[in-house]
Amino acid sequence: MSDTVSTTPKRPSRLAEFWFYFRENRGAVIGLWVFAIFVALAVLADVIAPFDPIAQNRDATLLPPLWQDGGAWPHLLGTDPLGRDILSRLLHGARYSFFVGIVVVVVAATGGIVIGLVAGFAPRWLDTLIMRIMDIILSFPSLLLALVLVAVLGPSLWNAMLAIAIVLQPHYVRLTRAAVLTERSKDYVTSARVAGAGRARMMFITVLPNCLAPIIVQAALSFSNAILDVAALGFLGMGAQPPTPEWGTMLAESREFILRAWWVVTFPGLAILITVLAINLMGDGLRDALDPKLKRS
Amino acid sequence: MIDPLVEAQALSIQYPVGGGLFSAPKLVRAVSDVSFAVRPGETLAIVGESGCGKSSLARLITMIEEPTGGTLTLDGQAVTPDKWADLRSTVQIVFQDPYGSLNLRHRVGTILEEPLRINRPDMTASDRQAKAREMMELVGLRPEHYDRFPHMFSGGQRQRIAIARALMLNPRVVVLDEPVSALDLSIQSQVLNLLMDLQDRLNLAYVFISHDLSVVRHVADQVIVMYLGRAVEQGSRDDVFAHPRHPYTKALLSATPSVTPRDADHQRIKLQGELPSPLNVPPGCAFAPRCWKATDMCRQTRPELDEAIHGAACHFPE
Repeated sequence: MSDTVSTTPKRPSRLAEFWFYFRENRGAVIGLWVFAIFVALAVLADVIAPFDPIAQNRDATLLPPLWQDGGAWPHLLGTDPLGRDILSRLLHGARYSFFVGIVVVVVAATGGIVIGLVAGFAPRWLDTLIMRIMDIILSFPSLLLALVLVAVLGPSLWNAMLAIAIVLQPHYVRLTRAAVLTERSKDYVTSARVAGAGRARMMFITVLPNCLAPIIVQAALSFSNAILDVAALGFLGMGAQPPTPEWGTMLAESREFILRAWWVVTFPGLAILITVLAINLMGDGLRDALDPKLKRS
Repeated sequence: MIDPLVEAQALSIQYPVGGGLFSAPKLVRAVSDVSFAVRPGETLAIVGESGCGKSSLARLITMIEEPTGGTLTLDGQAVTPDKWADLRSTVQIVFQDPYGSLNLRHRVGTILEEPLRINRPDMTASDRQAKAREMMELVGLRPEHYDRFPHMFSGGQRQRIAIARALMLNPRVVVLDEPVSALDLSIQSQVLNLLMDLQDRLNLAYVFISHDLSVVRHVADQVIVMYLGRAVEQGSRDDVFAHPRHPYTKALLSATPSVTPRDADHQRIKLQGELPSPLNVPPGCAFAPRCWKATDMCRQTRPELDEAIHGAACHFPE
């Protein structure tokens, strides 16, 4: 586009434009920073973490955090009942959480969007069939269904992720289908049809980009949901198996010590809370930045 | 005489509506037995109030819907669904609402080039861009508009974009579905002048759908007045406007606001009642319940459009 007439003023790039709108939402920017820091910590866990996350140290069990009486350097956040360094475990646990979030969201969103688009464009009987199946999945309490799936597949982190992706997917289907149905009746879709667009082109190029705003918000929300659910499955013993330093599993392992050693549950809990909150804030900002109706020129 | 580009013979469409598990769907006769012919460089205007089947007719001509009866001929070829893909570039459409007819997610350049991308797969990207820029100039858009989004434009400019897009495939027929009724009066005239200018330059055939008689008077060569899916009067613009034969046309014309002070003999005809439901069309003349001339014959037998050059579907035409 640079070879055009010289009077053409330079349009800001797509990314610059996105950033301009995203920046206006302060909460989203804070969320983004917190999220970025957590991601950086997770990536650099091997370098930063002072200890091996699964190395046990019988001489230093249930040490309190550094600032409390009895805390000992370098166990900054104390140790768990087996003498493992909590900070190191949290840092490595962040890896699992983000990994889980990304995989679950990608699987659930891809499947959900494609099924939703098909349902939105399909003849009525197929649409009804798809939506009834989704209703059936939605009618189960999500964690219960995930539990059943994991119980059938066998407890492991992978199966937990798969189960949660299946449980989260109907939300995408409904959202996409609803958005497709509103968009489909609009003139620009008819106009694409008059221009000769085939069904696939209409689905993915004409309609899908106009449905993305709610889907992106849903993706951000289900990212945090996935982290929560995997933590919950871990807590119930159906997710990551010990000694994996997954946050939910950490909570489960130290449940008995809540009264004696507050730090063994507080820090994993806080890690989950802060991550989920940061992602939700970020999701809000994403919507502001991506929805063209909220843009001013 | 030049062969007509669009020719419709008794074109009809019915939509099934409603109908659940236990009830049969009802039929809406949106368009019944409409016939016309449009030649290159000519404008056929279709006039009527909301719900009379104007837009359904537009969807038939642009091959969005398949007619349930009658035949449509485009450029000498009978239109059947298997030929739709080949005939797409012959007919294009401009919609009423320029806020809904442009994809908000695409830049103007992408919007304009999409028809080429689909229908001319062997065209290079730079050729497409050149064509899009040429078309933008033709409709009066500036080059820097090329990579803006539709939400940055006013209604009039958007309608220019929509017109440019419709012309990208060099169609010979353009269906204009109320192209100016969503625009301000001052912008309306600009867009209308642009449309007429383009028609002269490109020798386009227009099917111009409108409820606004003053606009129709300005642009049309032929006029069809529709009422509840049927043509009630059909003829050249001058005939229809100067000597309306059907009472409905008379009523419509009398309702057009005029700038000059009213003449003594200008009497506004006020129609009573509403358009009957197309689900439940009265057996006789559809206009009979609102007509001041209606007799028992009108209520029982439906008048056919007479074969005259300036035809009217009325038992008591003027």
